[in-house]
Amino acid sequence: MFRTFGFNEALFIITAVQWTLLLSAIAFAGGALGGIAIALARVSRVAPLRYGALAFIRVFQGTPLLMQLFLVYFGLSIVGVGINPWIAAALALTLHASAYLGEIWRGCIEAVPAGQSEASWALGLKYRDRMRYVVLPQAAKISVAPTVGFLVQLIKGTSLASIIGFVELTRAGQIINNATFQPLTVFSLVAALYFILCWPLSLWARHLEGRFAVATTR
Amino acid sequence: MNYQFNFAPVINNFDQLIYGALVTIQLSFGAILIGMLIAVPCAAAKTAGPSALRWLVNVYIEVIRNTPFLIQIFFIYFSLPALGIRFDPNTAALVALSVNVGAYATEIVRAGIESVNRGQVEAGRALGLKSHQIFRYIILKPALRTIYPALTSQFIYLMLTSSVVSAISATDLAAAGNNIQSATFAAFEVYLVITLIYFILSLGFSGLFSALGRIAFRYPLAR
Repeated sequence: MFRTFGFNEALFIITAVQWTLLLSAIAFAGGALGGIAIALARVSRVAPLRYGALAFIRVFQGTPLLMQLFLVYFGLSIVGVGINPWIAAALALTLHASAYLGEIWRGCIEAVPAGQSEASWALGLKYRDRMRYVVLPQAAKISVAPTVGFLVQLIKGTSLASIIGFVELTRAGQIINNATFQPLTVFSLVAALYFILCWPLSLWARHLEGRFAVATTR
Repeated sequence: MNYQFNFAPVINNFDQLIYGALVTIQLSFGAILIGMLIAVPCAAAKTAGPSALRWLVNVYIEVIRNTPFLIQIFFIYFSLPALGIRFDPNTAALVALSVNVGAYATEIVRAGIESVNRGQVEAGRALGLKSHQIFRYIILKPALRTIYPALTSQFIYLMLTSSVVSAISATDLAAAGNNIQSATFAAFEVYLVITLIYFILSLGFSGLFSALGRIAFRYPLAR
């Protein structure tokens, strides 16, 4: 006999949103740190750094996120950490986000006119100060819209953590579906919850993009 | 670290991986073709259709772009049977991938249509060209050139996304990995090789597409 889909079942799915949000937040925070490192390495004058960062980006953009999750998940047990969906999901998504954010932010750094950097170099600013006071603040402004856009992709990406057994929104949906066998209700609710998380961000990204386009059209 | 790597299961079952890779390629090409059949009318509706149709296309695009592909495929494979629509896993995979890429391709095609300079269309009309000639010589070629790079990177992304169809036990490359893994327990080695195959596929196809693009779009730039 199946359980019926009722208030408690819906509540179980809705409360699982917190794990999706938490995983997204961890991956975004980790990805932001990694992304800055990758972006700076990509625009560095040191060739090995540049090529290393490029290889990192190519590998993560050229392979499926699902395989990245599997490799980290099973790789952790090889290095003796043991199998833990939490660490695996957070680590894999962090690496994934680092590659994508690194590439996005490289584009933003390069979008800052070269004359800015040259002028500050001529004024005697060292690399650190040039980046910190001249280039990065301008790149940061350009990067807001594509970064918010990527956040949507990242939130959707956390759904794959369900496949390695991490209980977030998608996995909660599967659990309730297996118990109630109400796939239409369950997956409609899950899809609606993802939509509620992602759509405002998409709209915000588009709004920022539009505002930026107006600001740069002269 | 005293782990003994064991690649024998991967080598012994390489025929399964080849078969899975072929299914992945078929799914990707099938989905991009059907996706384009969805995208072109949707883009036309979005640029020139009545407002009700435009609204409908927008709902389709926003829903697809703001929900995970995994949920879309679960919906198609597990939820639609409740409405009497039943697919086997590989067909469900093809349908889900097509519906997904159709939404992204709609925006790409629309951008291509909108990139064609209005003045050129008017100039064509002034020269006495018929509307199908205007479409063929003035709109189509530059629009194709504009959308080609975005479309090919969308294809690569689609191919990588298609690994998710293994979650409903479609028989693609990732699923071949799951099978070998559950039979031999050499999980890391199996997924390492599979990831490498995906990497080779995405590098190979993006190289092929950029070579084809250079040959196909050699005509001078429209200004």
